[in-house]
Amino acid sequence: MLGVAWYLVSNTLANLEARRIASGFAFLWREAGFEIGEAPFQRYSAADTYLKALAVGLANTFKVSLAGIVLTTVLGAAIGLFLVSANRLLKAVSRAYVEFMRNVPLLVQLFFWYALITETLPPPPQALQPLPGVFLSNRGIFFPLPGSAPVLEGFNFSGGLAITPEFAALLVGLVTYTAAFIAEIVRAGVLSVSRGQREAAYALGLTRALAMRHVVLPQALRVIVPPLTSQYLNLTKNSSLAVAIGYPDLVSIANTIINQTGQAIEGIAIIMAVYLTISLSISAFMNWYNARLK
Amino acid sequence: MNRLLSAVLGVVIAFLAWKFIDWALLHAVWQPDSKACRAAQGACWGFIAEKHRFILFGTYPYEQHWRPALASILLLLLWALSAWRMFWRWWLVLLWLAGLSVIGILMWGGVLGLPYVENQRWGGLILTLLLSSFGIALAFPLSILLALGRRSDLPVIQALCVGFIELIRGVPLISILFMASVMLPLFLPAGVSIDKLLRAQIALILFAAAYLAEVVRGGLQALPKEQYEAADALGLTYWQKTGTVILPQALRIAVPPLVNTIIGFFKDTSLVVIIGLFDLLQTIKVSLQDPAWSGYGVEAYLFAALVYFAFCFAMSLYSRRLERR
Repeated sequence: MLGVAWYLVSNTLANLEARRIASGFAFLWREAGFEIGEAPFQRYSAADTYLKALAVGLANTFKVSLAGIVLTTVLGAAIGLFLVSANRLLKAVSRAYVEFMRNVPLLVQLFFWYALITETLPPPPQALQPLPGVFLSNRGIFFPLPGSAPVLEGFNFSGGLAITPEFAALLVGLVTYTAAFIAEIVRAGVLSVSRGQREAAYALGLTRALAMRHVVLPQALRVIVPPLTSQYLNLTKNSSLAVAIGYPDLVSIANTIINQTGQAIEGIAIIMAVYLTISLSISAFMNWYNARLK
Repeated sequence: MNRLLSAVLGVVIAFLAWKFIDWALLHAVWQPDSKACRAAQGACWGFIAEKHRFILFGTYPYEQHWRPALASILLLLLWALSAWRMFWRWWLVLLWLAGLSVIGILMWGGVLGLPYVENQRWGGLILTLLLSSFGIALAFPLSILLALGRRSDLPVIQALCVGFIELIRGVPLISILFMASVMLPLFLPAGVSIDKLLRAQIALILFAAAYLAEVVRGGLQALPKEQYEAADALGLTYWQKTGTVILPQALRIAVPPLVNTIIGFFKDTSLVVIIGLFDLLQTIKVSLQDPAWSGYGVEAYLFAALVYFAFCFAMSLYSRRLERR
């Protein structure tokens, strides 16, 4: 085993030397020299360091993951409850949704949403205005903020809250895809609560909705939470598909840096370290939660 | 209340369905005629009609397309046979080995009068099927070893298996694919190189193995303890016990979750697009770059979705039927 490891390391060192690729993390303090489309919570310019660029990528990963987790929980829970609803039409529609979403690769769905936004929405001068001040265009979606409304300047809007097509496509794709899996988890959780519990609640005079809220769901939550956290983890890992539609998340920034510096080992080590940290913290949380329930 | 909800929902669905049918069928253009497509109000399925050969077979030589077509049919036959309970025997392994060898000969050629086709030219649907079939076929034995290793009494082996499984499952597939495409070449001695397709295949095998290993471990854990004890009481060695008593039962228990993992893996092979392999999704993407046919992304990706859906939905129906028994 050690022999194999030594063989690989010596090959790698020889190759790095032959290709004149530096090693170590010193490159992180060099100037990045590339612009990034969106940098939430901080200012970034091409003159900043690679480290700063990675921080922007990480912020973008967190931004889309957190927004995605909140929205997919709401959508997934709603569809999950529809799956056990008494209305047969509602049930059938939600079943069809879940089956379709789960059986099509997320990447195909992301490409679809991106194509839908960039190909079917009009350019900014002809932007759709579904609500006063809100603009839908193939360059993004623009919302008014207090004191700053989006205004058309040349070929694009400025001011207000801008959502890029990349972010919108990634968020919609992640939310609708993960919601299908969460819906199944919620359904299984609700069905795991024994019939007697629900009947007892009805006998007490609770309506269907009240029985669901006060009797069934609190008990179902024990079954729901552990697989739900692993769906959150999946969503975060899947946000790395951003690189395919050009949203500047951690993986896509690291990929650009690898292409510029050739320091593939360091770049991939950074990606893996970040994701391992996230997934280990989520599983630590899950263990804590399970221990608390017992 | 319930009736009202049904009525409102029914109207909304009928409206959306009518809109969709109007776009996708009534006003659609079906002939490969880009001018008619530009003028049409509806969907441009002519795009698929024009590019279907490229989407299915990539840049494989045109007059040789029967070879990947035949290989795809053979692969699907292998999968269909493996779905039958009566074929779950050890000789199924031999059948797979034979089948995959025949497919390799068909695709590469160079013997029996078939012209040689280098694997840089493989592409389209067959590449998606090959990546997932070879991925599963090679990852499955590896995953059994990993699952057994994870339950091993030897601490070093156990730690290695746990470390490998958790590392792979903790990071996104795309980082493993990047690793295979940019890092693997650095590990090799000077002058040795592995081509891109093979590197991606290795990454996919390692990825699938980690996920399958957890499913196999589930099967091993679900087996009653008495089975292990009875095998020990008979004085069987570890490998006799595992091969004849434990695995045949544990793997049977694990089949439905295995099928679900295979569905997930089949979908995940689409990620090779990001490292530039010509799988089904990539051939569709590249077709869209033709200036005469650009701007039909919605149609193109709906078509991709339908193809993937057909395969995945068939597998999930099968897995559900198994669970119901």
